[in-house]
Amino acid sequence: MSSKKLLVIGLLASIVIAGFLSFYASSQPDGLEKVSADQGLDVTAVDSANADSALADYGVAGVENERASAFLGGVIGVAITGLAGVGLYVWLREPKSAETK
Amino acid sequence: MHMPDGLINAPVSIGAGVLVAGAVAVSLKKTKGSLDSQTAPMAGLVAVFIFAAQMINFPVAAGTSGHLMGGALAAILVGPWVAVLVMTVVVGIQALVFADGGLSALGINILNMGIVTVIVGTLVFALTMKVLSKTKSSIVAASAIAAFISVPAAALAFVIEYYLGGNATYDPMTVLISVVGVHLLIGIGEAIITALTVGAILATRADLVDGARKFLPKQKLIIKDSVVS
Repeated sequence: MSSKKLLVIGLLASIVIAGFLSFYASSQPDGLEKVSADQGLDVTAVDSANADSALADYGVAGVENERASAFLGGVIGVAITGLAGVGLYVWLREPKSAETK
Repeated sequence: MHMPDGLINAPVSIGAGVLVAGAVAVSLKKTKGSLDSQTAPMAGLVAVFIFAAQMINFPVAAGTSGHLMGGALAAILVGPWVAVLVMTVVVGIQALVFADGGLSALGINILNMGIVTVIVGTLVFALTMKVLSKTKSSIVAASAIAAFISVPAAALAFVIEYYLGGNATYDPMTVLISVVGVHLLIGIGEAIITALTVGAILATRADLVDGARKFLPKQKLIIKDSVVS
């Protein structure tokens, strides 16, 4: 398989996971949240300064349909992470002159 | 595993932030221009995949869920230095864009989920490969074990940080046992997802798996390249 094909398949899989499967993820508190609540560690917790931001909790503010909101949130997240990934690529790739091909 | 703001005091949060900044600076320096045009895109793909996979909370016990951290997975796929950058990107975007994990807690969250998991995952993977035969199935098994151990290790890091700077009064022993205990369960999910992912890439493009490169025979493409140069 070419690395380009692997890249495309990986991106598509990520979009499916973040956009569609995420809707079916467990909404129970995660391990740390649960223990924090049970043991009283969360009494001092405060909302993050950006807790009311448009994309808080992986939804999109103003999109009423929960499924659409979760889909958009996931896909936007994949897109933003992908952009950061392009930045990583530029940083990590060896200088053109050093490439053998 | 994303800690909100307010749980741990400023000195410990800042201390963690300084540690993370140092680790990121060293990782940036170590990795600049270090990958070829085949392997460099993997870093971005691994970041995107871990971001997506972290959204899937799976049930682990009554009323409790867990999700992939991905540090061990990243370390095996792209090497520990690049993995630190990948995890910093993922946990950073989660906090800054999606308000998942506090802003003042960002240093601690990157330290636990993005650095402790990478270090422990890398070490456990290397140690396990020492005793296993150098085959693809061994690499998958070692990935699973590394991923499994990395999760309670991150949980233990949180317990230590909370011991140093926790804001609430609490029972340290109970918290230690319950936080590490539940993360042993979450570690099983981490091991399964990591093994499946590493297995899938090993089956198609083993040469793109950093952790596998020194254990498997070199691919034709790499030999050709070195002849040409």
